[in-house]
Amino acid sequence: MSEIPNRKPETGAFFARDLSWHPPAYAPGYKTSVLRSPKRALLSLDGTISEITGPVFGHAMIGELDNDLLHNFAKPGESAIGERIIVHGQVLDERGRPQAGVLVEFWQANAGGRYRHKKESYLAAIDPNFGGCGRAITDEDGRYFFRTVRPGAYPWPNGVNDWRPAHIHFSIFGHGFSQRLITQMYFEGDPMIWKCPIVGTIPDKAAIEQLIAPMDWGNTIPMDSRAYRFDIVLRGRRSTMFENKLEGN
Amino acid sequence: MAQELRYLKETPSQTAGPYVHIGLTPNFCDIGGVYERDLGVAMVNDKTTGERITVAGRIFDGAGALVRDAVIEIWQADSAGLYNSPSEMRGAADPNFTGWGRCPTRAEDGVYSFNTVKPGKVPFKDGRRQAPHISFWIVARGINVGLQTRMYFPEETEANGADPLLQRIEHRDRVATLIAARDGSTYTFDIRLQGENETVFLDI
Repeated sequence: MSEIPNRKPETGAFFARDLSWHPPAYAPGYKTSVLRSPKRALLSLDGTISEITGPVFGHAMIGELDNDLLHNFAKPGESAIGERIIVHGQVLDERGRPQAGVLVEFWQANAGGRYRHKKESYLAAIDPNFGGCGRAITDEDGRYFFRTVRPGAYPWPNGVNDWRPAHIHFSIFGHGFSQRLITQMYFEGDPMIWKCPIVGTIPDKAAIEQLIAPMDWGNTIPMDSRAYRFDIVLRGRRSTMFENKLEGN
Repeated sequence: MAQELRYLKETPSQTAGPYVHIGLTPNFCDIGGVYERDLGVAMVNDKTTGERITVAGRIFDGAGALVRDAVIEIWQADSAGLYNSPSEMRGAADPNFTGWGRCPTRAEDGVYSFNTVKPGKVPFKDGRRQAPHISFWIVARGINVGLQTRMYFPEETEANGADPLLQRIEHRDRVATLIAARDGSTYTFDIRLQGENETVFLDI
């Protein structure tokens, strides 16, 4: 945790979250949510200093291969099996401001749809050269990128025959603790997206489309990797024009 | 026509799923050698100032069963009530205290645990003080949007009584769900996702 060249520190409270744009807690089509969703309404409050602040993650903590899932778990000279892709994008806030110094963590199944996790029992083979995790810190323009294999679709015990579309999990840690967000990225053109009960927890089709990464021909590297672009928007914060009480005199 | 405001929409949340550990705590789920150690494991070091405490607990679902696959993150001020953050404008926080921790609930017994310090009071925007508290963020399979809540300290009766957030809780019997139980330097804070004694969750 160290020096990110922050411009003027931002101290305004975050915009209220538009909960109608997010999935509801109770979404019976996704069965696990039935017993894990609060019954009572959330207690709403304008952000205090406890939510507006957050830790800084320094670039120094990032290892050389942290954003290279093809190689960060592979034996020397080997690499993961599957379709080689680059995923890249920009992290913005709701005001369209690039978010520098944001910690972006990602995890995924291998090319066959198999996760490296002790609770996982799917028949598809483990890839000895694929761990499935990576991380990056956004640059001054809010940009991040990583290299991986395209994950396979994945069956799960919800309905009798439910399959997840190919997806990459994302955790995004912005500047304030109440910006904290976990989501999933889907791939353009995947027919499984519109059948998935987890995707279907999101009520608005336009919100779902915000999670679908288009293929980015422009950044596809010939004879090497295809590219997908996934931009991420975190909660914006008010300007501090008329707000000087947070310093708490 | 008026000018356009041109705000973007926040990226919608999705559940962290059952394998969240692969991404957030890979060493915890036996993916070794990628990161030296998992982030958020150590909040304090030998030089951290303040009263050392342990915060631990479990999460229960609506049937009273343990949630054994969650990840919890906490965020708090240092012992003087300062946040280790660029948005903290009141002074420099203890450089030996991160203020942020991340811990999974264990598969065996569902327990999470943080070694930290007791936070000082922090301001509310109208000049009042907030009682010492720790902010929680909980993700897991079945949770579509990460749940936010707060833990308060049982010995801070007076400060808790004056806390602006606790005062906002309309059903007063629910205030107790945000107050930990103390045994020496260990505070137990169990979280109930649903049903009887359901923890107060925040939209903040």
